[in-house]
Amino acid sequence: MTGHHIARRILATGIAVAAVAIGHAALAKDREVRVFNWSDYIDESILEDFTKETGIKVVYDVFDSNEVLETKLLAGGTGYDVVVPTGPFLSRQIGAKVFQKLDKSKLPNISNMWSDISERVAIYDPGNEYSVNYMWGTTAIGYNEAKIKERMPDAPVDSWDLFFKPEVLAKFKDCGVHVLDAADDILPAALNYLKLDPNSKNPEDLQKAAALMESIRPNILKFHSSEYINALANGDICLAVGYSGDILQAKSRAEEAKNGQVIAFGLPKEGAQMWFDQMAIPADSKHVAEAHEFLNYMMKPEVIAKASNYVSYANGNKASQEFLDETIKNNPSIYPSEETMKRLFVKTSYDAKTQRTVTRLWTKVITGK
Amino acid sequence: MRRWYVIGAPYIWLLLFFLVPFFIVFKISLSDIATAIPPYTPTLDLSGGWEAIKTFFSELDFENYSFIVNDPLYVDAYWSSVRIAAIATLITLLVAYPIAYGMARAPKDWQPTLMMLVILPFWTSFLIRVYAWMGILKKEGLLNLFLMNMGLISEPLTILNTNTAVYIGIVYSYLPFMILPLYSSLEKIKPSLLEAAEDLGSPPWKAFWQVTFPLSLPGIFAGCLLVFIPAVGEFVIPDLLGGSDTLMIGKTLWSEFFNNRDWPVSSAVAVVLLIVLILPIVLFQRMQQNQAEAGR
Repeated sequence: MTGHHIARRILATGIAVAAVAIGHAALAKDREVRVFNWSDYIDESILEDFTKETGIKVVYDVFDSNEVLETKLLAGGTGYDVVVPTGPFLSRQIGAKVFQKLDKSKLPNISNMWSDISERVAIYDPGNEYSVNYMWGTTAIGYNEAKIKERMPDAPVDSWDLFFKPEVLAKFKDCGVHVLDAADDILPAALNYLKLDPNSKNPEDLQKAAALMESIRPNILKFHSSEYINALANGDICLAVGYSGDILQAKSRAEEAKNGQVIAFGLPKEGAQMWFDQMAIPADSKHVAEAHEFLNYMMKPEVIAKASNYVSYANGNKASQEFLDETIKNNPSIYPSEETMKRLFVKTSYDAKTQRTVTRLWTKVITGK
Repeated sequence: MRRWYVIGAPYIWLLLFFLVPFFIVFKISLSDIATAIPPYTPTLDLSGGWEAIKTFFSELDFENYSFIVNDPLYVDAYWSSVRIAAIATLITLLVAYPIAYGMARAPKDWQPTLMMLVILPFWTSFLIRVYAWMGILKKEGLLNLFLMNMGLISEPLTILNTNTAVYIGIVYSYLPFMILPLYSSLEKIKPSLLEAAEDLGSPPWKAFWQVTFPLSLPGIFAGCLLVFIPAVGEFVIPDLLGGSDTLMIGKTLWSEFFNNRDWPVSSAVAVVLLIVLILPIVLFQRMQQNQAEAGR
């Protein structure tokens, strides 16, 4: 999850400011933990249960893009005790000394974690020293079944051909194609499709990925990182490259609205990028003990299962799987088969120079300049 | 002593809320990107004494500015922002003038109500109003439904996510800022002046051009600046209503700051933006001064 709406971003900031102000007014002896997580990303009853069980008050604020979180963290003095950045951002922030090492002796529930996920996360956080997984998912294709079938009965919905082949995508131009406005998510997918290393930092490879994007650019209506949820659900567009959970959210919104739009999620056979939202404790946290208690609580199998059931994302907690709803656990878009898992890849963070190259290429893809 | 307070207050205001922040941004624009808190180097450490201050200044340079000048993206973005803002300002003026004119000519006891109606939209959040425009302009939106039902068009128009939508958004959002100064200068024009023109044989349209329009010029300039300046740096409207290819400096600045995490380059972009905008402000100031002198 890289970017959401500016509106929600501004709202989130407002709420955050208000909440911090209220937080300051609270009595000093009250135990509290200030959590900064993605918007629409938790079953709120979990927070109430936590307060009931531990007596620790939760000040819960939300953000909707990694960029906003990162800017706050790098400016310092956020006042938060638990934040939830995504892998590549986490790794860069560890480099900038934003976080403190976790005290594993205070996290007995860490034994519940799923080694498959922890090992992959170690690319960002070597030895899992600074973070524990909250949720993970993939970046792939969401589409409107009827509209795609109508325009192309044999559409390759199980393959990136659906998106990256200009002659295929051209068929869906008239019904609307949205793409995440996130170079870090799309260029690796393009590299993977070109059978190049999705993690490549070689400018020539990145050029090729950008050229592939430019070849399909005329068929893309908009690059935006959250509008596609509503647009897919309302039938305004028929194809979007986005985050698994957001697409599943669009699917359930369409079902709730009974508007006749059937949204599907395709995890392409060529593989897709995996992302991990990780809980970590800022170095300047003022409630370190409470933050550890919170993390430990979130690693209780039944608690994190409740969170997954609510948000339709997979979590990195192996022991939680028996508490998951069947519809979540058996959904291959959420918990892919072992075979599919092997084809999912992770992307490390770019250094400043590569990041600039990537952003510049991306601007050229989007604006033509 | 009291006079000193009166003169001093605006300067202190300017110093605290303009010059000090400006120099902080300017200082960052001369530094280099780093992976740290804060994400640039060098940072000033006063505990190091005079030597630390000297090395601090020796490490600052104008590299970021030459970078901005050399990549055509930034020039394009500045130019495109100025163009979009200028066109939108002109449209706003054309829409606002008749409204302000009508308000100024309306019966005196209606005017407070009319003024209220102009200001009323501000009672709703700006963001929500821009969102409402998304609902109006989209393919299955209110506007297209209306036009199709009227039989005026057979295919829905694509307006959302184009520059047209950006113009509509800017004109709508900034309209009150144009109407209010126009109204205040039109309202001051004495009806007797127009009666005199009429008595001297001037037809109404000529009286408008030769009497009303010149007298409303200060309102036109003030309104245009109030619309143009914020419109150049506008971010929310192009982000929500514009297409992916809508190039505006506000969006470029956002991506420098948030995508590239390059505080130094984004600060340099902001400083250049300020310089681009200071020019029309200075021209306006000079014009007002001339006018004040002429009126003396």
